[in-house]
Amino acid sequence: MFEFHVEGLTLSQRQILSALNIKINSGETHCLLGPSGSGKTTLLNLMAGLEQENVVTIKGEAKKDNYWSPHKPEIGYLFQQPRLLPWRTIMQNLLLVEPDKEVVLKLLHEVKLQDYADYYPSKISLGMARRVALVRCLLLEPELVLMDEPLTSLDLPTAREMRGLIKRLVCDHPTRSMLYVTHDLDEALELSDRVSVLGNSPAQVIYNSRIDDISRNELEALLKH
Amino acid sequence: MKSSRFSDQVIALTCLLAGWWLVASFVSSPLLPAPLEVFEALSKEFREQRLVESLLVTLQRVVISFVFAMLLGGIIGVLMGRFRLVNRILDPILIILLNIPALVVIILLYIWFGLVEVAAVAAVIINKLPNVAVTLREGGRMFDHELEEMSVMYKFSFQQKLVHIWWPQLFPYIMIATRSGLALIWKIVLVVELLGRSNGVGFQLHLAFQSFDVATILAYSLAFISVVQLIEWFILQPLDRKASRWQKGSSHV
Repeated sequence: MFEFHVEGLTLSQRQILSALNIKINSGETHCLLGPSGSGKTTLLNLMAGLEQENVVTIKGEAKKDNYWSPHKPEIGYLFQQPRLLPWRTIMQNLLLVEPDKEVVLKLLHEVKLQDYADYYPSKISLGMARRVALVRCLLLEPELVLMDEPLTSLDLPTAREMRGLIKRLVCDHPTRSMLYVTHDLDEALELSDRVSVLGNSPAQVIYNSRIDDISRNELEALLKH
Repeated sequence: MKSSRFSDQVIALTCLLAGWWLVASFVSSPLLPAPLEVFEALSKEFREQRLVESLLVTLQRVVISFVFAMLLGGIIGVLMGRFRLVNRILDPILIILLNIPALVVIILLYIWFGLVEVAAVAAVIINKLPNVAVTLREGGRMFDHELEEMSVMYKFSFQQKLVHIWWPQLFPYIMIATRSGLALIWKIVLVVELLGRSNGVGFQLHLAFQSFDVATILAYSLAFISVVQLIEWFILQPLDRKASRWQKGSSHV
């Protein structure tokens, strides 16, 4: 189990996060629900260690990599946008993370993109680019995968396909944990084992339980709250 | 009607030559020689081996000044673009350097260090360096923050960041600095040679100036313009095409 804890986060003299505590069990998919602008992406960046330069106050002082116990897990982060290097081919992008071409090709095969290895990112669709970003994330063999609304801007069939891939490659993995940020209830209900709801201004966890312990209507009510 | 870029350029050059020939015929003065007289002067300088020797000497000074100006100016510019403190400290110095006339720098260095090669080349570098720094500072400011975060997340080494993230983003700015740099540097090198060196194209221009030999002046000018154009066609444009391959054309390599 990994436990993430912060006393609070202030950026540019505005408090973004209240004190919050998130526990993620090994192999568990934990969904973080919250309205737009509630600080979900900031929280993920903080968890990934990307927000340190801008941290003004956490319990009075900026700490570094000290929010996790017992230790910071190996994290793979699937950003909302694929963030592939546009001047490198798909294969070149992935080889920067994993130099073994066979390993890369095997994973590309898993997401049915083996024929696009030599394409530049600008020549493939957003859905395909997200699949490449998922492969890049998995090449790190992370203990914890952070996903920031990975289905945003995808059409329905593409989103369904991507959701299936996430379920097969991440959720069904016996030891891989995932923190999945979304504002879509259907995604949360289909993918998650546990759900936390983030309240607004400053963000704080207002609800946390196993997904089976709460109904869709109750979750909807919490999100409107 | 379709026309290729090459044929457009040939038409433009032919018009220029024709206009020059017409005006020269009308004026009929040694102060404005016809194109044929200039080509004869060019041929004479070539036969007497002054042309190639002078071109090589000047080209060597251009290359050395260019490399140092690009390296130093590039490093300073990128650091200024990335770090506000560096920019705050160096910006006033940069503005002063940008506004000092090239001639003043050349004369001062010749007075301080004598009419030596190092002073000549240093004068060219100091004149060009601020332009490179200003251009590359913009490049440094335009770095994509999201790709930086990605590179941190995926544990890119410094070398990987340099080659795969920073260099491709800086490349368009480097090409701008290179093109404007070549155009500016060779002009300054000629002034430096004219004022204080005993060889090179600038020195030959100085000799021709003393005898009002306009044909030779134009012959050397045309020769060096041709050299710079060849650098553009055979080095810069292929580099440009290679670097921008991902933006257009085929979908894959």
